Amino acid sequence: MKLVVTTVGKDRVGIIAMVSNILAENDINILSVNQNIMDGFFNMIMMAETVGKDVNLPELQKLLRAKGQEQELEIKVQNQEIFNIMHNI
Amino acid sequence: MITIDNILETNRMITENKLDVRTITMGISLRDCAHPNIENFCRNVYDKITKSAEFLVKTGEDIEAQYGIPIIHKRISVTPIAIAAEACKTDSYVPVAETLDKAAKEVGVNFIGGFSALVEKGFTNGDKILINSIPQALATTDVVCSSVNLGSTKAGINMDCVRQMGEIIKRTAELTRDQDALGCAKLVVFANAPGDNPFMAGAFHGVSEAEKVVSVGVSGPGVVKHALEDLKGADFTEVAETIKKTAFKITRVGQLVAREASRRLGVPFGIIDLSLAPTPAVGDSVANVLEEMGLERCGAPGTTAALALLNDAVKKGGLMASSHVGGLSGAFIPVSEDQGMIEAIECGSLSIEKLEAMTCVCSVGLDMIAVEGDTTAATISGIIADEAAIGMINNKTTAVRVIPVPGKKVGDSVEFGGLLGRCPIVKVRNNWSSEAFIARGGRIPAPIRSLTN
Repeated sequence: MKLVVTTVGKDRVGIIAMVSNILAENDINILSVNQNIMDGFFNMIMMAETVGKDVNLPELQKLLRAKGQEQELEIKVQNQEIFNIMHNI
Repeated sequence: MITIDNILETNRMITENKLDVRTITMGISLRDCAHPNIENFCRNVYDKITKSAEFLVKTGEDIEAQYGIPIIHKRISVTPIAIAAEACKTDSYVPVAETLDKAAKEVGVNFIGGFSALVEKGFTNGDKILINSIPQALATTDVVCSSVNLGSTKAGINMDCVRQMGEIIKRTAELTRDQDALGCAKLVVFANAPGDNPFMAGAFHGVSEAEKVVSVGVSGPGVVKHALEDLKGADFTEVAETIKKTAFKITRVGQLVAREASRRLGVPFGIIDLSLAPTPAVGDSVANVLEEMGLERCGAPGTTAALALLNDAVKKGGLMASSHVGGLSGAFIPVSEDQGMIEAIECGSLSIEKLEAMTCVCSVGLDMIAVEGDTTAATISGIIADEAAIGMINNKTTAVRVIPVPGKKVGDSVEFGGLLGRCPIVKVRNNWSSEAFIARGGRIPAPIRSLTN
């Protein structure tokens, strides 16, 4: 399953490391990273892919939401298909 | 290939513009549940619904998590009970409504529709029992929705039923007066009702439908409004193009959800209903879309034209996004469920007469309109007759869902809560009586345009 992980919030040290670690622990391979800082706000979109067995998405979402809240970040993970279907004919 | 902009746009639609899938509705045929004994019939109905829809809510929640798109309601529609229950030897279908309520609560859906009768040409015995059971059924249940189709382009208008429904609505209001006539919010009177509509209160599983189907109703007026915000001063060609593109994107999400739900539940996909369904939330309003086109307030001259353009562009954009489109598919204009409509009524720009004109070009009809409690049954029947006539002549679905709230006057307002919202009491010109007109009864013959063969 291909996934899109979006992370938005106040910039600080270690955000990419934290998100990447969680993905790695869940056997999710990062395909591309797009990240910038706008007005002090951290924006990152990762394209990723599950390796082997599909991940339990609700569980992963819960984990990322909780970790994100600790650091005042909003982290979303979605199946990539919703973007494909909306923007491609 | 998707771009960063695509991802940001989709997520902005969901978080800021309140894009959601309004409902996944499972249609279930109850035609095989018939039994002369009503208790056996009810048991058959309960078993069939709870077995068929056991995983509906869980599936909806899983899809919601998977794609990050809110799915607000999960619902069930069933074969019109006047047909399904007709073999029962009984004089009341209230126990059937109670069974539907129990089954819906057991599987955890938000609404169940189909306490319905299709009587545009005349009544069977089952139809008569059903219609007489409506007030009590809506008073003793929580999530059951009822509808009656009393007119069509092919058959004309059943004016006996028009007269009766005025009385039924009044009686329903009376029996649910301690909840501000909430029962009437779950009762809709149709002309040209579609059998595949996933939206409440009018959903039922039509007689020509398959054994079970899954249909999806989308939403998203906030998304359309946002898209138009960048088009200040642009001409209408550009406005229509933008709405089409936006409707396409919204509908694609519905199509994805429907496909997934169908696959996971092992139930065939029915249709996507393209309707722009507003919610009482700020920014999720069809009235605000019309105002974004340049009207100071919804109801100002030009409103009907704006709505016609919106309704048509939504269909054109949505059609290509889905393999099967059906139901009501257009722009809904309920009053209580749309913050912009509520404000337009309160400031006096919008009246019930203007709403009636708007129903000529919107997807359905006069919807969720609270009126004074002492509005007579004949006046309500008159309103129903007018709407049914618009539907019959224009070959479109029209409907009436009015709520005569006991004890309330113009200037008061009524709170229904949740998606049903809040409604200021709308003024009806009831100084002049429709009594003798409605008392005639009989049938308004099918119009000339019914003779298309």
